[in-house]
Amino acid sequence: MLTWGLVLLLGLGAYICKVTGLVVIGSRRLPPVVERCLALVPAALITALIVKDTFSTGQDLVLDARAAGVAAAALAAWRRAPVIVVIVLGVAVTALVRQVSGGA
Amino acid sequence: MDADEEDAVALREVAWACLSLGAAVGVFAVAFGVGAVSAGGSVAMACVMSLFVFTGASQFSAVSVVATGGSAGAALGSAMLLAARNTVYGLTLSKVITGSLARRLVAAQLVIDESTAMATAQEHPRAQRAAFWLTGGSIFVCWNLGTLVGALAGEAINPLTFGLDAAFPAGFVAMVAPHLRHRLGLEAGILGGLICLVLIPFTPVGVPILCSTAAVLIGIPARNADEAEAMPGTAGVP
Repeated sequence: MLTWGLVLLLGLGAYICKVTGLVVIGSRRLPPVVERCLALVPAALITALIVKDTFSTGQDLVLDARAAGVAAAALAAWRRAPVIVVIVLGVAVTALVRQVSGGA
Repeated sequence: MDADEEDAVALREVAWACLSLGAAVGVFAVAFGVGAVSAGGSVAMACVMSLFVFTGASQFSAVSVVATGGSAGAALGSAMLLAARNTVYGLTLSKVITGSLARRLVAAQLVIDESTAMATAQEHPRAQRAAFWLTGGSIFVCWNLGTLVGALAGEAINPLTFGLDAAFPAGFVAMVAPHLRHRLGLEAGILGGLICLVLIPFTPVGVPILCSTAAVLIGIPARNADEAEAMPGTAGVP
């Protein structure tokens, strides 16, 4: 459940991250190894989010209509389709497979 | 053409690129608005989040974790790990964004993937500054308008019927694609995904996402230093 506490804490935290780099530390540099690892966070974490949102419901691993939708989205992204095509295709294929298979 | 005219033409091209990028980001924002409301948030919560957090991947991540029953702590943790890269962007931009403290404090809110990439893609300091403010500004407007539209729409429809539960993973796919186009990013992505998959049945919701970030440790060996130059979001941004 999304709550006000989470929204406000995250707002504060995200701004602190931005200000720390731009204003507080400024032109001094972090150790290269730290910058390298931080640059890899989106690759690791977003891929994990895709896995979770596609193959799980709570703590159960499942294979349902979402897998087909996300596979279609991945194919589109790999072929360098625009963002809107990737998202709409993912959503449409999921809805279609769900309708055809008759489940939610 | 004299130098001033050439400058003006170059700036106009930069402006177009920045503004069209803003429109593309609006699509993500609509998906975010729908998802935030589906996760039990109000329209106001979704909008305040976009205004104050204003870093897309973190917002998506936080909502995705709580939507599936994860704790607020796990949601905040994963979102903050994603937000940490904005610190590195800030470092990169600190040479470009100068001026009064107040100006830099406002600029800080606009330090995101896209504004950093567009600014560092320019050659001259003037074009870099213009690209930063134009991209940051247009994305700020589009991101918040898109969130409002998505949140209002999300309240009106049943997300499952329209396959909108797939909007988040599909959005993540579009978001992560550029990060997986180089070897190190691809390895980190595969490892992160596997860690998550293995942990899902055994740990509380949200924990697999936090643990997946251990995959970034493959960036430690020094032999990966050259590879890192080519990664999006680092000092070597194209």
